[in-house]
Amino acid sequence: MASAVLLDGITKRFPGVIANDKVHLDVAPGEIHAICGENGAGKSTLMKILYGMQRADEGRMLVNGEEVTFHSPKDAIALEIGMVHQHFMLADNLTVLENVILGSEPTNRGVIDFAEARRHILEVGEAYGLTIDPDDLVENLEIGERQRVEIIKVLFRGAKILILDEPTAVLVPQEVEELFRNMRELKVEGHTILFIDHKLDEVLEIADTITVIRAGKTIDTVKPEDVTAQDLAELMVGSELPTPETRESTVTDHVVLEAIKATADDDLGSPKLRGVTLKVHKGEILGIAGVEGNGQAELVEAIIGMRPLTGGSISLENEIMKGWSVRRRREAGIGYIPEDRIRRGLLSSFPLWENAMLGHQSMEPFVRNGFWITADSARDHTKKVVEQFGVRTPSVEVAAHALSGGNQQKLIVGREMSADVSLLIAAHPTRGIDVGAQAAVWEELRHARAAGLAVVLVSADLEELIGLSDRLVVMLRGDLVAELDPAAVTPRDLGAFMTGASVQGGGES
Amino acid sequence: MSKKLFYVLAAPLAAVGVALIISSLVLLIAGANPFSAYSNMWEFGTRLETIIETLNRATPLYLSGIAVAIGFRMNLFNIGIEGQYVLAAIIAAKVGAEINLPPVLHVLVIILTAMAVGAFWSGLAGFLKVTRNVHEVISTIMLNAIAVAGVVSYLLSVWDVPDASLDTALKAIPESGWMPSLNGWVEVFTRDIKRVELWGFILVAVVVGVVYHVLINRTRIGYDLRASGENPTAATASGTDPKKMIMTAMVLGGAVAGLVGLPELLGSSHAYNLRFTQQLGFAGIAVALLGRNHAVGIAIGAFVFGWLDRASGVLEVRGDAPREIVAIMQGVIILAAVVAYAVVERKRRAEEASAAAAATAAAKPPDQVSVEEGGAS
Repeated sequence: MASAVLLDGITKRFPGVIANDKVHLDVAPGEIHAICGENGAGKSTLMKILYGMQRADEGRMLVNGEEVTFHSPKDAIALEIGMVHQHFMLADNLTVLENVILGSEPTNRGVIDFAEARRHILEVGEAYGLTIDPDDLVENLEIGERQRVEIIKVLFRGAKILILDEPTAVLVPQEVEELFRNMRELKVEGHTILFIDHKLDEVLEIADTITVIRAGKTIDTVKPEDVTAQDLAELMVGSELPTPETRESTVTDHVVLEAIKATADDDLGSPKLRGVTLKVHKGEILGIAGVEGNGQAELVEAIIGMRPLTGGSISLENEIMKGWSVRRRREAGIGYIPEDRIRRGLLSSFPLWENAMLGHQSMEPFVRNGFWITADSARDHTKKVVEQFGVRTPSVEVAAHALSGGNQQKLIVGREMSADVSLLIAAHPTRGIDVGAQAAVWEELRHARAAGLAVVLVSADLEELIGLSDRLVVMLRGDLVAELDPAAVTPRDLGAFMTGASVQGGGES
Repeated sequence: MSKKLFYVLAAPLAAVGVALIISSLVLLIAGANPFSAYSNMWEFGTRLETIIETLNRATPLYLSGIAVAIGFRMNLFNIGIEGQYVLAAIIAAKVGAEINLPPVLHVLVIILTAMAVGAFWSGLAGFLKVTRNVHEVISTIMLNAIAVAGVVSYLLSVWDVPDASLDTALKAIPESGWMPSLNGWVEVFTRDIKRVELWGFILVAVVVGVVYHVLINRTRIGYDLRASGENPTAATASGTDPKKMIMTAMVLGGAVAGLVGLPELLGSSHAYNLRFTQQLGFAGIAVALLGRNHAVGIAIGAFVFGWLDRASGVLEVRGDAPREIVAIMQGVIILAAVVAYAVVERKRRAEEASAAAAATAAAKPPDQVSVEEGGAS
């Protein structure tokens, strides 16, 4: 039987860089084929070529045994290839139904046939277990649901070969499971799925075949049963990798951050923190686990000063920070690695050196007397950060948007850690970055701890939490419901506390 | 470096080129010979007197452009320059006429009054945005109408001095409050200037331009403003207070807007009257767009617009075409510039991204080395 997709010797050059170098990819019909590689390895380019968004400079492309040339995604769609982008392309103010039919509306004498569209969507949804209310506004949907809309959109256009670009990057564990269930259903129905991912355990769980790409080249194609996550990671980066394990304890009894019965509301005024009490010591990493939306984001915002407390207190070095502005807290020594680096952590079109100032723009070495920007010393400092933290960039004059996600994150981590901080808040510091950058960030967090910083680590990656933390607390519905010893807890146990299935003090339910 | 220069120059040059082509078509349709029209404009426009007039026109346009740009830099669309400067001009004219001070001080008081009024009027829009979340476009449009059609008309009728001329005008500012002409300086380098005078306020405009550039690019306030404009969420997380930033931008923009009417007031009219030049606030938006919010770019934009305004008079005199053709040229230049900037920016970004990608590819083997060396400092 002919391969669903066969890419042979695909080469794609951009000015000064080869994104794909004689890539070979063979995807059997009806399989789930994962493409793994670091950020910048050339996975996305390859998928864009397959979807007709870009044209290869060299090489052949065969779909269902026929050689094809795509000029635009239309050609790909005509051959029943569909793509779900990492950043969703949905109109927030339209309903699910309207979004799905957008661009390929079924019409009846020139009028959109909504009844037909609705019937078709429900049919598609039912066939693959993709349940969603067609009349919901997209803006009210959870991320996982939005992704389902994107998938339905692609199926609605008759796709048999689906390309999913890092589908799990934005999802929480429960949503990932849901997605995988959907993917298996699709496979049963005879669809072929190509998906990009760099979370290795996920790849091993779902994929039938894995192709690893590194620096634009195909490194190997393997079966999940033949490899371990460690093997895969090494294939991806070409060398051995550290694991997120902290070494000997550096915890002291000096309290840096203390929250006492802190309460806060979300933007709509409903309580999101319900009396959180915690302490973080010098040289300690406190891990905060929890299903997203249980108040972690609000806690972080309350500490950094972006969200006012409605009760209780949070103090830094024994000083209650009531009424302190974000800037004052920054100046007092709080570093912040935000969970959404593009939205919260970067000025995309600004050069790196101006990004390295962000959050520290009132302090040396970036300004003199709190007023005059000292561009030279800011540049020098940025160069040091770039060097020390392994940010790969041609210079510090490059705009931040030119860097890959991992390099952006390394810049942010470097920026926060090279500043004079005593408390570091790291919210999902390794989300969406490749294993190489991930290892670098872990290493830096360990350095931070060893250097005597107090670190608050919020993460959805349970391995990361267990591996790095000195102490673990679990957040559920705005409260800390458990304190655990990371040395003695498994991800499974942790998951039980996170969902409320286990309660500390009581027995397992 | 030369590549950088190319990127800076490519868009405006392309815009002017496209504008010339389209304007030629319009001229042809209007039955005029574009070559004779352009050569007449060029001949007339390169005369010293026309250039002086162009500079006099460009000075308020420049100030207006800077006032708009301050808002643009943090994504605030302050289109209230019009109301801010007209109101500032009439009040400054009144204050200037009523007080008696030694020469330099007198001018200074007028300038500060105008800046304060502009800042206040613009600050109202900022206040509404900060407290009631009223969009600045709406509030500044309303404030324009209130200022121009309401307050200024009323003040003009109340402060009008009945005299021999039937002109509706305020009392004139005494000579100590005038800004001297710069003809003497210019004539050192050129020849005698006939009929026109180069308004001294151009020097203030230069100072404003320098201060704007330094403030935006070299100070923390400027950084905070730009950061808030680029990414308000990230700026807030970095410690800027968004409300304070909005107020700062509006007040600074308004203060500069207050100056827009002064070149004319201090340089030639010396009194606010019915014929006082209006519409400079809206032209400032175009000039800021053309100049990409850059101090020098805005200067070039202001000069081009001023020149077109002044040099176009000859079209009518020589019978080439109605001078309104220039409004079409200005519009086309703006449209072409916006498109060209977008195209060039896209290309520049793509090149930057591939350069960064190339650096990534070159730096193998990756992280481990640097990680081991790295440490918390």
